[in-house]
Amino acid sequence: MDWTALWLSLRLAGWTVVFLLPVAVIAGRALAYRRFPAKGLVEALVMLPLVLPPTVFGFYLLVAFGGNSPVGDLWQRLFGHQLVFSFEGLVMASVIFNLPFAIQPAQRGFEAVPVEVREAAATCGMSPARSLWRVELPLAWPGVMTAMVLTFAHTLGEFGIVLMVGGSIPGETRTIAIAIYDRVQAFDMQGAATMSAVLVGISLVTIALTYWLSARVGRRLS
Amino acid sequence: MALEVRLRARGPIPLDVAFRAEAGEVLALVGPSGAGKTTVLRSIAGFWHPEAAWIAVNGTTWLDTEARVNRPAHRRRLGVVFQAYALFPHMSAVHNVMAAMECADAAEARRLLHLVNLHGLETRRPAQLSGGQQQRVALARALARRPQALLLDEPFSAVDRATRERLQEEVSALRAHLDMPVVLVTHDMAEAQLLADRMVVIVAGHMVAEGPTAAVMADPAALRAMGIRELAAMLPATIAEQDADGLTRLDGPAGPLFLPGLSDPPGTRVRMRIPAQDVILSRQRPEGLSAQNIVPGRVLRSVSGTGPGVLVHIDVAGHEIVARITRRAALQMDLRPGDLVHAILKSMSVARGQVIRAPDGDDD
Repeated sequence: MDWTALWLSLRLAGWTVVFLLPVAVIAGRALAYRRFPAKGLVEALVMLPLVLPPTVFGFYLLVAFGGNSPVGDLWQRLFGHQLVFSFEGLVMASVIFNLPFAIQPAQRGFEAVPVEVREAAATCGMSPARSLWRVELPLAWPGVMTAMVLTFAHTLGEFGIVLMVGGSIPGETRTIAIAIYDRVQAFDMQGAATMSAVLVGISLVTIALTYWLSARVGRRLS
Repeated sequence: MALEVRLRARGPIPLDVAFRAEAGEVLALVGPSGAGKTTVLRSIAGFWHPEAAWIAVNGTTWLDTEARVNRPAHRRRLGVVFQAYALFPHMSAVHNVMAAMECADAAEARRLLHLVNLHGLETRRPAQLSGGQQQRVALARALARRPQALLLDEPFSAVDRATRERLQEEVSALRAHLDMPVVLVTHDMAEAQLLADRMVVIVAGHMVAEGPTAAVMADPAALRAMGIRELAAMLPATIAEQDADGLTRLDGPAGPLFLPGLSDPPGTRVRMRIPAQDVILSRQRPEGLSAQNIVPGRVLRSVSGTGPGVLVHIDVAGHEIVARITRRAALQMDLRPGDLVHAILKSMSVARGQVIRAPDGDDD
């Protein structure tokens, strides 16, 4: 059992959730309530990571984060090390490829808040921020929570993109999914089995949590 | 305090209305479904922006498209009762009311819930309340902000008839506590006539009639728009006593009237709505008739329209009622101004839903 890899995966998933929570709330709410000309395009772009092969997506991220790219170059100058094949680069890639998992459920959560209820919040004198905090989030939070749970679980399991952007540096970019692959390559089936079982356990808990939360959404709005 | 509204828009919902609602006055926006009544209300609340608009409350401009003034919805101090109430589903009744207060005050919220006759259900959530109870919470919440204007969007359309009648009565009784302009949107002429001081009739986004309720009810343009069946007059009366057989005796301007049991105590002054098509005329006082309510009056004038009907306006001890009879009957009876007639009111037609407590200080 590679505890370093598991801990790295959990840290990666945790940071991804931290960064994506505000993104999911702001973008999910905007996509749910607002109408703007390029809305369809934005929604399609958000969904793109879902349909692209992970290696293709990983390849583009590798190019975008590489030393020759503006982002990679800026990172190098600011922090003195390259962005690709680092934990930070992995977090950044993870935030991007998890966008659909974070935004979609949050958007559905906000869409479930009736427009009249939001208007009632305004006529009760609530500013948009107050309305978000007191009315919209309490009603949409199971959706937001589902988004975060899915993001967390998906990050733990992502393989292709992590390998492309991060490689497999122990303690830096070797996540549990990659560690399992490495074990199999080294014919350590016992180690791979243990780690796989741990991932199955975590995934089961995640799915159970998601179902329980979506049942709560139904109860709340009935 | 007054609410002044001028709206104009070509599309997608064509609109051309201008009206003013005074403090303490109930103004009804009446019209068929899809006429744009709710759009007017949404414009006042700040959820809709017509092309050209000017809205002011107590002299403060909320919306002026020319001067580019547009106060956001949450800064317009309004009370709104939405058609489907739109209560906050995750909050109890008392918290719904408190949500509309600047400084949450539970005692005040409870007082408001009592004012709208919701007792002992303060901690229930909207899903645990009936439609009528939710309606009361919505009304209490609308009042909690001490609004400068109160907007009611078809507030009685989602409840059953008995509840609607009770709520209408309660709102009428509540009027003594309301010192702000009240705008009531309804497609129900009877409801408007029972509750409103003034009426604005809107058809396809345009005002076809505007003025005091009695005047609008006599306006041919308004009647064309709403349908002649809606034509009715209001007659004042005072509850005299409850008879043992379940009827209530009222003292009307021209003698006693009998209605199916009214719950209000003797001495309560009410206004009855008398639909023109429920009035039958007779030259002699009829005998042996099942109808109990026969009032004498004098013909003021007869107005014939394009259809087969004639409207006969009758003076009943200083109050005007209208009878809608056929042209043939009018010719046979040869009614002329000044003639004595007996108006026969079908008892059930002036039943519960057509009677409302008169507001305080109503002298007619």
